[in-house]
Amino acid sequence: MAEATTASTNTSTAVPAEKVSGPWRDAWKAFRKNKIAMAGLIMIVFFILIAILAPVIAPYEFDKQVLRDRLKPPSSSHWFGTDDLGRDLFTRVLYGARISLWVGTFSVVGSIILGTLFGILAGFYGKWIDMVISRLFDILLAFPSILLAIAIVAILGPSLQNALLAIAIVNIPTYGRLVRAKVLSLKNEEYITAARAIGMKNSAILLRHILPNSLTPIIVQGTLGIATAIIEAAALGFLGLGAQPPTPEWGKMLSDSRQFIATAPWTVVFPGISIMLTVLAFNLMGDGLRDALDPRMKS
Amino acid sequence: MVPVLVGMTIIVFSIIHAIPGDPAETILGQKATEQSKEALREQLGLNNPWYQQYFSYMGDLLKGDLGQSIRTRVPIAQEITPYLAATAELTVAAMAFAIFFGVNAGIISAWKQNSWFDYICMLIALIGVSMPIFWLGLMEQWIFSLKLHWLPSIGRMNQRDPVEAVTNLYVIDSIIAGRWDQLWTVCRHLILPSIALGTIPMAVIARMTRSSMLEVMNSDFVRTAKAKGLSQFIVIYKHALKNAFIPVLTVIGLQTGALLGGAVLTETIFAWPGVGRYIYEAISSRDYPVIQSGILVIAFIFVIINLIVDLLYAAVDPRIRYR
Repeated sequence: MAEATTASTNTSTAVPAEKVSGPWRDAWKAFRKNKIAMAGLIMIVFFILIAILAPVIAPYEFDKQVLRDRLKPPSSSHWFGTDDLGRDLFTRVLYGARISLWVGTFSVVGSIILGTLFGILAGFYGKWIDMVISRLFDILLAFPSILLAIAIVAILGPSLQNALLAIAIVNIPTYGRLVRAKVLSLKNEEYITAARAIGMKNSAILLRHILPNSLTPIIVQGTLGIATAIIEAAALGFLGLGAQPPTPEWGKMLSDSRQFIATAPWTVVFPGISIMLTVLAFNLMGDGLRDALDPRMKS
Repeated sequence: MVPVLVGMTIIVFSIIHAIPGDPAETILGQKATEQSKEALREQLGLNNPWYQQYFSYMGDLLKGDLGQSIRTRVPIAQEITPYLAATAELTVAAMAFAIFFGVNAGIISAWKQNSWFDYICMLIALIGVSMPIFWLGLMEQWIFSLKLHWLPSIGRMNQRDPVEAVTNLYVIDSIIAGRWDQLWTVCRHLILPSIALGTIPMAVIARMTRSSMLEVMNSDFVRTAKAKGLSQFIVIYKHALKNAFIPVLTVIGLQTGALLGGAVLTETIFAWPGVGRYIYEAISSRDYPVIQSGILVIAFIFVIINLIVDLLYAAVDPRIRYR
């Protein structure tokens, strides 16, 4: 508790970060020591670079069809081969990184914002608000998430944006519950009572004390959540409920190519490996962050 | 639990009613006259206010009436049974695979902590958690069916010579019929889909078992058991595992529920006639009653599984019983 108060005064007086051993610096130190987590971080940076630089690196256009080059195996001119419409798979996989990272990140940001809002409302104000919100979370969590996402896309119509929205909605309760639990445990801390005693408003207490101290579990869960969201988006794409052609989305690429798996396995292998590695990267980093940020794990 | 179930019916009901499109037009086709559409709307009660529609729907549900499929005109309660059985068979096989390999890998990893076995198991577990199951399914089909011809790639059994459906669980049906040849094919059909579906739970269970076992292995009673001269096998599988099992059980329960969702993908790839596919096909053909009841049935089963897990806690840990 004493640590938390010093942390907040540190930020408000803006002491240069490298001179103090603040909680974030400690966390970074612990994180850096964790080789597996660093591997995850490096992989994520790699995929982000690919996503940003896709138009520069890609040798072809992602929707350029050359029907004469249908289903060509990997070669020096087409590193990952071509698909059934003669499009360069390497190019499409590169552009696919953009879509997956975009959907993963923004759906999680969406779930975090709404989840945090509901979690704070439930945890801080309690009473009937907590009753209603917690029940709603229970109900939403009682559905298998992919099924609920499918149902939501069925209402909104199949598209990448709607898939993103559906994934964001489905995952709100995960963050909501987390924040609620954290707020409940923080609410009765002495420094909150102290803040209230000096006449701080509820909104200020929430923003200055409760929110910053609830960040750790959100960051950890959010990183792992991006992994889940990427898989869910690919799954919706695979079922034809996400990105629509000619968008080079990894899941959609898999479902378009599965009928050629016997004759042109590369069309299925590369998009799949890309999904797996991206998801793996976020899982590794999430695990590492949890070890680094969760003081209970420290010896 | 009851408020959750009622809330679920409200949510599913609202989702289905928010789906754009006129059910009357879906049923009768685009060429139907406005008059016949209006008559059908009246007949289906679609002109009533939404709360009346909801209460009549709830009334039907309580009577065990899940509505009628628009596509096939068959009562859903009757139609869904074989699909549910197919999913149940797949889920049980997948969980059996996941629990057997997950728990044992976790135990041995904890026992031989920091050994090569531990590292490899945990690496496989990490990759397993990150695996898109639909891709794993496709890769399995490619390698084990198309390349090596070891296992069938789609379906549940040899359709040319089917076994009489009694329970719709084909493993049990073939045993009842005494058809050992079919039992063998049914089991072979189960292998690939259940590995695809069971990989993520297996990985999650292995990681949880390992960390839970590591915690228990350092406790006093394990040292006492070792000091008494009990064999390592008994110390680990009898003393330590019993105490490490509660978090593992939670994960098993949660993962079984999650499998019901993952089944949609696995069933699509392996042409498995299960309930996930049933709902998915209903969505493509806008068969609202089927979507509504199908999702509700799965969610209901999910809630029941969680309840069973809660009850199992009490069976595994006597402390919970006395609380």
